[in-house]
Amino acid sequence: MKVLVPVKRVPDTAGEKKIDPNDRTVDRESVESVLCPVNEFAIEEAMRLKEQQDAEVTVLLVGPESAQPVVRKALSYGLDAGVQVVDDAVVGSDALGTAEVLAKALAAEEFDLVIFGNQSTDARTCLVPAAVAEILGLPALTYARHLEIDGDQITVHREHEEGWDVVESSLPAVVSVVEAINEPRYPSFKGIMAAKSKPLEVRSLDDLDVDTSRVGSDNAAAIMYEFRDRPPKEPGTIVEDDGSGAAATQLADWLVEKKFV
Amino acid sequence: MGELLVLIDHSESEPRKVSLQMLSAAKSLAEASGDTVAAVWLGPGADAAAAALGSHGAQKLYHWDSEDALGYVTLPQVSALQVAFETSGADTLLFASGNHTKDVAARLAIRLDAGVITDATDVEVGDDGRLVATKEVFGGEMITTSKIADGKHQFIGVAANAFPAEDTGGGAPELVALDVTLDDAATASKVVSVEKQGSSDRPDIGEAAVVVAGGRGLGNESGFELMEQLADLIGAGVGASRAATDAGWYPHRYQVGQTGRTISPTLYIGSGISGAIQHRAGMQTSQNIVAINKDAEAPIFQIADFGVVGDLYKVVPKLIEELEARKG
Repeated sequence: MKVLVPVKRVPDTAGEKKIDPNDRTVDRESVESVLCPVNEFAIEEAMRLKEQQDAEVTVLLVGPESAQPVVRKALSYGLDAGVQVVDDAVVGSDALGTAEVLAKALAAEEFDLVIFGNQSTDARTCLVPAAVAEILGLPALTYARHLEIDGDQITVHREHEEGWDVVESSLPAVVSVVEAINEPRYPSFKGIMAAKSKPLEVRSLDDLDVDTSRVGSDNAAAIMYEFRDRPPKEPGTIVEDDGSGAAATQLADWLVEKKFV
Repeated sequence: MGELLVLIDHSESEPRKVSLQMLSAAKSLAEASGDTVAAVWLGPGADAAAAALGSHGAQKLYHWDSEDALGYVTLPQVSALQVAFETSGADTLLFASGNHTKDVAARLAIRLDAGVITDATDVEVGDDGRLVATKEVFGGEMITTSKIADGKHQFIGVAANAFPAEDTGGGAPELVALDVTLDDAATASKVVSVEKQGSSDRPDIGEAAVVVAGGRGLGNESGFELMEQLADLIGAGVGASRAATDAGWYPHRYQVGQTGRTISPTLYIGSGISGAIQHRAGMQTSQNIVAINKDAEAPIFQIADFGVVGDLYKVVPKLIEELEARKG
């Protein structure tokens, strides 16, 4: 079985993010970039398939050369190989443009299963897995909190607001996973060392059958044209309890005053 | 004069709160643009819900009553919504920014070459008649304004609680049945069963007006009984920090934070939560934040509107007692 795990480079949540006013993309100089934490659940699930069903797992990233450490980081968990799509024409793509590039990069590989994280920690649109599946004409079993593979059949528990749906489909398929699915391992020292020499292929859009009419900032259908920092918050009222819980009276007063109760 | 489509997110025959909020938003957008508000209901139950949808602003109701809408994954709904677009000639769709509805929007956007903006906290009609959407990014650190490129269908995902749901006493909508034919691919992924979890009386944290959340400071699983007790007293949903869900004290799907849910309730009450950036990324857009934590240095106090430095096992039971007394 062949498994592909698309990953994303995101600004560190703890870092101070800036948007470059010229092209309205994240200013990567200003903030540390990391492997999206949600991808760790996808990588862990792929590793389990590797260990249990001898799956061959390839990580895929769309992003500039400077994002290569993120591919190596993904490989350090024990994945087999990497593919990176590097092309200036991708810069500024919206989620659907990114989906087009990812879909065509996936189509250039052989695979039975694609495992996404359900969202990225920066944009959080959650659109990419379903859009990729639509472009490829495949089922998208998203928000998986549990998945099982039996031959060419896949069963997924799709999380929603009230619980989950148990769904069945056949492979090949696209899934996205939520954090409930597993507890990601840490990369081992051996894994980190081995990642440095794992095969990593670099592709450009010319190598792939990409519909460039969707790709890049000039072709983004969703156009972000203004941005501002969130205004700072006024300091609130902080009270210290005397150890008896009596401060709860002041909190209750506040809740009543604000008409919450 | 066109139609503005609103995809109604519903649980069986009950529209979710966000759907009524979207209709109210659509009504004021349509007043500005001269459009008709047309709701789209996929699956059984449209008849029963029609009156509520009409009173919140739906003038028309496209419906597809087939069980197939819910019996297979996503694709039947995409096909039906596509028929609604073809039938109505609409240019614009509002949809709830929920997990499964985003999939419907993403797939249809690829088919129709539409643009999609998700999680909008405000939507207005711009000078050129196109929609302008506001959303928060980077866990609420930044606020952006976006639109969809000219000539493309506009799909706008609306965040829960972004708009008030207003019953303006509109009459019953005109019912229009959608004629949907499914191909084999649409029925290739089957929903075998639906597992409902948790209390059905307690609101989902994504759309609850009030959320009570617990973290590492609870110390153990039974701390969440206290959280639930407080929540049920004030009609709140219950959330958790990742420290609490990773410890197994509460299910992961209630996790608020960068790898979990993003919530913007009117009131958030966090107990035993320090307010690490990863948690704040999921809740700092809450309109009012209350924090109860024994560590006065906890970062959550920096964004709290009201904070109590103290032992939550003393403060929360006392708070419950106080609130019960005031409720009479």
